[in-house]
Amino acid sequence: MANVLAVIEQKDGTVKKSGREVIAVAKQIAGSLGGSVDALTLDASGAAALAASVTAHVKQGGYAAVVLAASSTGKDLGPRLAVRLDAPLLMDVTAIGVDGGRITASRPVYAGKAIQQIVADAPLTIVAIRPNTFTADTGEVKTSAASAATGSSTVKEVKAGGQGVLDVGEASIVVSGGRGMKGPEHFHLIEDLAKAFGNAAVGASRAVVDAGWRPHGEQVGQTGKTVSPQLYIAVGISGAIQHLAGMRTAKVIVAINKDRDAPIFKVADYGIVGDAFEIVPRLTEEVRKLRAEH
Amino acid sequence: MKIAVCIKRVPDTETRVKVGGDGVSIDEAGVKFILNPYDEFAVEEALQRREEGGEVVVVTVGPDAAAETIRTALAMGADRGVLLKTDKIPADALAIAKALAAELKDGGYDLILFGKIAVDDYNHSVGTMTAELLGMPCVSAAVKLTVDGRRLTAEREVEGGIEVMECEVPAVITCDKGLNNPRYPALKGIMAAKKKPIETKPAALGAVRLTLKTLGLPPERKEGRIVGEGVAAIPELLRLLRQEAKVL
Amino acid sequence: MAAAYEGVDFYDISAQLSEEERAVRDTVRAWVDDKLVPVINEAYIEGHFPKELIAGMAELGLFGANLPEEYGCAGLNNVAYGLIMQELERGDSGVRSFASVQGALVMYPIYAFGSDEQKKKWLPKLASGELIGCFGLTEPDYGSNPSGMITTAKETANGWVLNGAKMWITNGSTADIAIIWAKTGAIDDAKSIRGFIVPTKTKGFSSKDQKGKLSLRASDTSELVLQNVEVGKDALLSKTGGIKSPLMCLTQARYGIAWGALGAAMGCYAEALAYSKQRVMFKKPIGGYQLQQSRLAEMLTEITKGQLLVLHLGRLKDAGTMRPQQVSLAKRNNVNVACDVAREARRLLGANGILVEYSAMRHMANLESVYTYEGTHDMHTLILGEDVTGIAAFE
Repeated sequence: MANVLAVIEQKDGTVKKSGREVIAVAKQIAGSLGGSVDALTLDASGAAALAASVTAHVKQGGYAAVVLAASSTGKDLGPRLAVRLDAPLLMDVTAIGVDGGRITASRPVYAGKAIQQIVADAPLTIVAIRPNTFTADTGEVKTSAASAATGSSTVKEVKAGGQGVLDVGEASIVVSGGRGMKGPEHFHLIEDLAKAFGNAAVGASRAVVDAGWRPHGEQVGQTGKTVSPQLYIAVGISGAIQHLAGMRTAKVIVAINKDRDAPIFKVADYGIVGDAFEIVPRLTEEVRKLRAEH
Repeated sequence: MKIAVCIKRVPDTETRVKVGGDGVSIDEAGVKFILNPYDEFAVEEALQRREEGGEVVVVTVGPDAAAETIRTALAMGADRGVLLKTDKIPADALAIAKALAAELKDGGYDLILFGKIAVDDYNHSVGTMTAELLGMPCVSAAVKLTVDGRRLTAEREVEGGIEVMECEVPAVITCDKGLNNPRYPALKGIMAAKKKPIETKPAALGAVRLTLKTLGLPPERKEGRIVGEGVAAIPELLRLLRQEAKVL
Repeated sequence: MAAAYEGVDFYDISAQLSEEERAVRDTVRAWVDDKLVPVINEAYIEGHFPKELIAGMAELGLFGANLPEEYGCAGLNNVAYGLIMQELERGDSGVRSFASVQGALVMYPIYAFGSDEQKKKWLPKLASGELIGCFGLTEPDYGSNPSGMITTAKETANGWVLNGAKMWITNGSTADIAIIWAKTGAIDDAKSIRGFIVPTKTKGFSSKDQKGKLSLRASDTSELVLQNVEVGKDALLSKTGGIKSPLMCLTQARYGIAWGALGAAMGCYAEALAYSKQRVMFKKPIGGYQLQQSRLAEMLTEITKGQLLVLHLGRLKDAGTMRPQQVSLAKRNNVNVACDVAREARRLLGANGILVEYSAMRHMANLESVYTYEGTHDMHTLILGEDVTGIAAFE
């Protein structure tokens, strides 16, 4: 059998964008293997509780591959499925192929400083794809729903983040601040710019997270989150290697820094040299105007 | 409490990656190796939770040189180390998890801690896999942990919120940044670490079904440009973002 | 500075270090990056020692790290101790000075010349940073010639009464205790010089910070005045006798300085090298021009020579065969080298080099003090001159 199971996440009854990407990859693999795609939707979080149901589904269907998103749920569910199905797991995949019937994948390692190409040699392979990397599939797929059983660990509650706060790993625009912001009291400038875009998240460099200016969840870089937004704006960030590693796959990078020689300008598509305290408020104002016009 | 901490020797995060002669691994010449930064959170958590009479055991899969990484954890305060020796760490996380599970299964541990991810291979898998192999509950990427008797509560960050998880110990936790502030190994600790035992035995790796074909460097970003200086450059920046890059 | 500091090791001298020595170096290096570097510029500009670092330094075990564990110290060998000084001074000479004074000039004399009771009473608290010490030898009119000191200690029925003034005292205004050197006999009797542990709260003891320093701004330097300061019999460091005793302390401190100054030089070189690759002028990085390459090659050469010098000196010290004159050679050479490296690094940085955001000018200014204290460069020249000819030039 060469069929592929797409495990897709829903939120409030709607398939998440990552789910559409999972379907696209599943179709690609199934196409190469000459099989078809089934989709299984996950409604709840709590990978432990979902693992049993997904495992049973896979065993019943006899698939050659299971595709899921390397989201926080997928990163937890993938390894569990690998053990229960005794199958190798390709984690955080950014490109996929089939070569002589075997699944091959590219995946960033060393926080994107290098790319591994791996080939799987097993009757069943689990593939967790990096969100925001593959083109989403817009077609219809036959779906069934996985049910959450009682797992050995259970989700007691989910505390929502702040109102309208987007996760830096998911947002299509990220505005990040670094030590050049001089202190936590100035980060409202970064927040205001993110708000002006409407759909942007706030990020931070390791230096400012370590200094306690910003929460850990906002850190972009090798010991923080790896992001691939459409637009990444780095304000007052000089561009240490470990930071660049976390954001170099952004489609467009804008840097605002007063030091013309800062390494960040080497990777930035567009740079403005100057004082962030003058530039950011004005940019915020202009972005607001722009969005009001459209 | 008897606590195991599974750690990994990884290249420093400041390393500039060069591909080695074999084409599948990095050129290690001049590379400084460190204790995986996320494992520092795991070691710190274990040390804070070790009570009177408790023990913190550090376990790693790796080459002989990984003994130095174990000693870093011993210098922080762990009691002893186990090196599951393999010259080559496989790309297949499940094979590694099987070696760890074989070592840990009869150890009588109340808690088994991992870093949530190793900053070299980015698999995010070995901890959760080991838990599944041992039949233990697991919370991955925990930013907060409380243990009350046998009851464990942990928080993990998910997209747009925090999941509060509950389970019983013995359990496996993979640790994220934010859980604690790891201590520096004190100089006295470094001297004491010399005298602490490290047991070395072959790693009982599971079947390896993932093979590295190549390791390459990502495409260089094309050289960017300075749009201008100060606020005067803003209109041009916005024009470029809309018309050239088309991201607005 | 974007990239993390990785040291300078052109000759793979790391391979000559033990695993513990490397671990000590790397731990202190990481601590300097995480804790010292972020606060040093402000402390330097404002002109005070960054006191918030003391607890962390003590927790790591940086104070008196080469003294035995039974007194709460780390019990490291002298190479590891030197590496600590090297890494601290890469951060700032003022912070290294703080550690040098606490360890080599306060804890060492108590360890070397004190009774068991004195060691047990003072050393653990100094190691833990609970107490801070200073070292009072230099006087307003007696710098390079400490034997001429005019501070006196007169024995009484209950103990001693001290009178005099001390100058250029690092940590003087923050210290809880001072090691004061004074003559117990006639004013021209240098053999009567003895050391005393004097709590700075004692009546008649006062200190005043020296203002207007353009060097070591992140270090407190004070003048001490002792006016009929009465201390008990237990204040005397009983095994001290003559100028040799304080000079033994200075040998300890100078040993650390020989390592430390090199740390400052390494920091300057690393900063200059990174800058030379980044800074573009006439369409290529300035590091691609012969003049800057010459600067870098000179810096690297002198640093590497200095590293080999102190490593061997450390091995001699650990073997117990080191002579004070060998320390003079290393202090003289390495501080001089560091001064040159810092100045050349500052010049390579161009106009940016005068800014506090780059460390070169701060190091450059600091090193002028290091050049001058603990035996000036010139005095070490004369010590070496005397040692090889057998004829003293300064008597």
